[in-house]
Amino acid sequence: MKLLVTVKRVEDPESRIRVRPDGQGIVTDGVNYKMNPFDEIAVEEAIRLKERHGGEVVVVSLGGPAAAAELRAALAMGADRAVLARHAGALDPSGAAALLERLVAQERPDLVLLGKQAVDDDQNQTGQLLAGRLGWPQATFASKKEGLESPAEQAREPGLALSADGARLRVAREIDGGLETLELELPAVVTVDLRLNRPRFASLPGIMKAKKKELREVEAGALGADLSPRVVVRRLLEPPARAGGVKVADVSELFQRLRGEAKVV
Amino acid sequence: MATRPELATSLPLPPGGGFLLVPVGSERIRTPDDLNEQQREFYRVADRFSRERVVANADRIERKDYELLRGLLREAGALGLLSLDVPEAYGGLSQDLTTSMLVTEAMSRNGSWSVTFGAQVGIGTLPIVYFGTEEQKRRYLPKLATGELVAAYALSEPSSASDALGARTRAVLSPDGKRWILNGAKQWITNAAFADVFIVFAKVDGEKFSAFIVEKGTPGFTVGPEEHKMGIRGSSTCPLVFEDAAIPAGNLLGEVGKGHRIAFNILDIGRLKLGVGSVAGARNLVALAAGYARDRKAFGRSISEFGLIREKLARMVVLVYAGEAMSYRTTGLVDARVAASPAARDTPAFDRDLIAAVEEYAIEASILKVWGTEALSYAADEAVQIHGGYGFVEEYAVERIYRDNRVNRIFEGTNEINRLLIPGTMLKRAARGEFPLFARAQAMEAALARGELPRSGEGPLARERRLAELDKHLMVHVTRVAVEAFGPDLSEHQEVLAALADIAMETYAADSAVARALQAAGEGKLDPVAEACVKLHALEAHDRAWERARRAIRCSVTQPAAAREQLAVLGKLHDEEPLDLVALRETIVRATLEAGRYPLGWL
Repeated sequence: MKLLVTVKRVEDPESRIRVRPDGQGIVTDGVNYKMNPFDEIAVEEAIRLKERHGGEVVVVSLGGPAAAAELRAALAMGADRAVLARHAGALDPSGAAALLERLVAQERPDLVLLGKQAVDDDQNQTGQLLAGRLGWPQATFASKKEGLESPAEQAREPGLALSADGARLRVAREIDGGLETLELELPAVVTVDLRLNRPRFASLPGIMKAKKKELREVEAGALGADLSPRVVVRRLLEPPARAGGVKVADVSELFQRLRGEAKVV
Repeated sequence: MATRPELATSLPLPPGGGFLLVPVGSERIRTPDDLNEQQREFYRVADRFSRERVVANADRIERKDYELLRGLLREAGALGLLSLDVPEAYGGLSQDLTTSMLVTEAMSRNGSWSVTFGAQVGIGTLPIVYFGTEEQKRRYLPKLATGELVAAYALSEPSSASDALGARTRAVLSPDGKRWILNGAKQWITNAAFADVFIVFAKVDGEKFSAFIVEKGTPGFTVGPEEHKMGIRGSSTCPLVFEDAAIPAGNLLGEVGKGHRIAFNILDIGRLKLGVGSVAGARNLVALAAGYARDRKAFGRSISEFGLIREKLARMVVLVYAGEAMSYRTTGLVDARVAASPAARDTPAFDRDLIAAVEEYAIEASILKVWGTEALSYAADEAVQIHGGYGFVEEYAVERIYRDNRVNRIFEGTNEINRLLIPGTMLKRAARGEFPLFARAQAMEAALARGELPRSGEGPLARERRLAELDKHLMVHVTRVAVEAFGPDLSEHQEVLAALADIAMETYAADSAVARALQAAGEGKLDPVAEACVKLHALEAHDRAWERARRAIRCSVTQPAAAREQLAVLGKLHDEEPLDLVALRETIVRATLEAGRYPLGWL
């Protein structure tokens, strides 16, 4: 089974994020970067599928040369090889999906796994757009009934289960009311949610081996995908500072203020 | 074969204690700035494991959940964290000492775990790595590297600990020559309750000190009850009893009568690791103390605004900066010597060179052990103090750290034993003509007689460079005075030796910190906070060294006129220039509170 997994380089959510004075981006000084945590879950699931059924895990990233670090991190976890489609500047979900479609055409995977969204701009669209472009079945928000795996949970049936003939995939996915189970014909696109698994640590030997694994770079522009943005970011703004709260003496004053000042009642 | 990072020093390599012989900054030292990307990645894995698997389970560990502890060793093994010092041929990663130390640093967040881990990868595994036969390495190392087997190291006995060679445990070869029969008892054995492999020291025929590998389940070998300890309660510490315990003849480790080589060399590495780990522990405490101080309010203000709290925080940070400088310098020296070995890895010649490299820097290892563990004790004490009443209750981590760290000053050679070793080793080497201490003393005396003193030169940190030189003068001068006063009897005057050790420690710390900052300045990368640290440290270290020098003189020279003369010489070696300590402190504390942790972190 061949698996293609996306790995996006994102700002570490624990870094302090500030908007640049010109509103055209964020201040990158002192900001740490890491692999999108949802993608990390996708990589983990892909490696587990490979461990169970054999095959190859190819990780792909779209972006600048620095994204090689996140690809190496995925290789250190156990992915087999990496492709970096080099692209400078912003890429909206539609451009990302178009690029991924080209990479899928090159790599011809049986399954594409993506994080349900990236924690930088939280768009939650790329997987769906990609499935639409490919005309493949899709399942979003792949999950498991129980979160954060204890050994007992790890032994349970995985969130993604391949059929005996290898032609279909059963996916448990999160919906508002709980979980639903879908069965997809392969090839397919699956996006993964938080509770699907707990990603492994890269091991020290894994880090050493990752240095020797193939990391192929291609120019995104040379892939022939339409990268023109459908969504343009005009300006970024800091969220307005929260006004200080006030203490009220009693319920009637609260009501007066809600009606008179806040105009919510 | 793993590639080793390039040499931190150019040949010829400085000898052990060499920091006393040459001006500060004469040789390039290794610093955290020299860590390569792979080493940083290794650290990140180790640190994440330490936080998410160890610290997150601290309460269970504290309750002696040995199933968890063994499980954590296996998890660590699966990540490769147990195999940095194990050769590749036996399932290890063949990394250098600096890289191995990085993992030790990461493991220092929890005392019980770090002791368990250290007994496994350090004193438990290394005797087999360095002294084992091919057969022994093949049998034990791959499984020790994965954590499938757990190791322990049994040197101390109920009636001998510091005097390790006074061991009473005996080994006798059976008449058919096939077995060693062990009789005796061992005490304070870390990991004992669940270890599979024990490195046990015993005297063959009651005379020849030797080492043996004893497996769990050997008939006649029993593990006694758990000790109830002040700290590191989550680790196992038990006595061992041998009653006609028979082990295969092939389980002799090294040669009969050469056990002291194993015991002392392994202790040297253990001391280095403990020193480095302690500095890392102090670094963790900066975060705990700064975080608490920032949040805690008193008199309507954050207590971090108060000068006495700020002074404590600044001093902790300064110690970490100097401690890191010594740690990386020392492991860098060992690594450079090992890298210079012409022998191929995993050959007996290479192992010999590796042992020789560690032995060469035994002085530095003892310095790191004593200085590092005392810096950690200081930091833990002040961290509790900053927490006030909350520092005294179990709910806050500093309470446990305060108890856990206390044993560091006792094991791996008490700080008293190590203090004696510092000047003792220097003098022994000087007497053998291997260390030109007295030539240096003569040159200094001659210069002093001509009225020449170390002067402030030009360039960055000129004053701090001078302070480090004054410290070296103090050390060399007072050593000469003590030797002249007592001759060979000096070894009986422990208060003088301890004072000399303290001067040597302050000197090595100051010299390393100044050298670290100078190198950064040379590359245009000297952080203002680092600069403040080194300035504050150089001055305070100098004051402490001078105070100890006075004590050594007063203990050595009792004739009043001669003593007065010697104290007058010391007067010339004391720096009396003004320095705005509060401004330096503020630079450090502002950055520390802003970061909420040690502000000069290298990751």
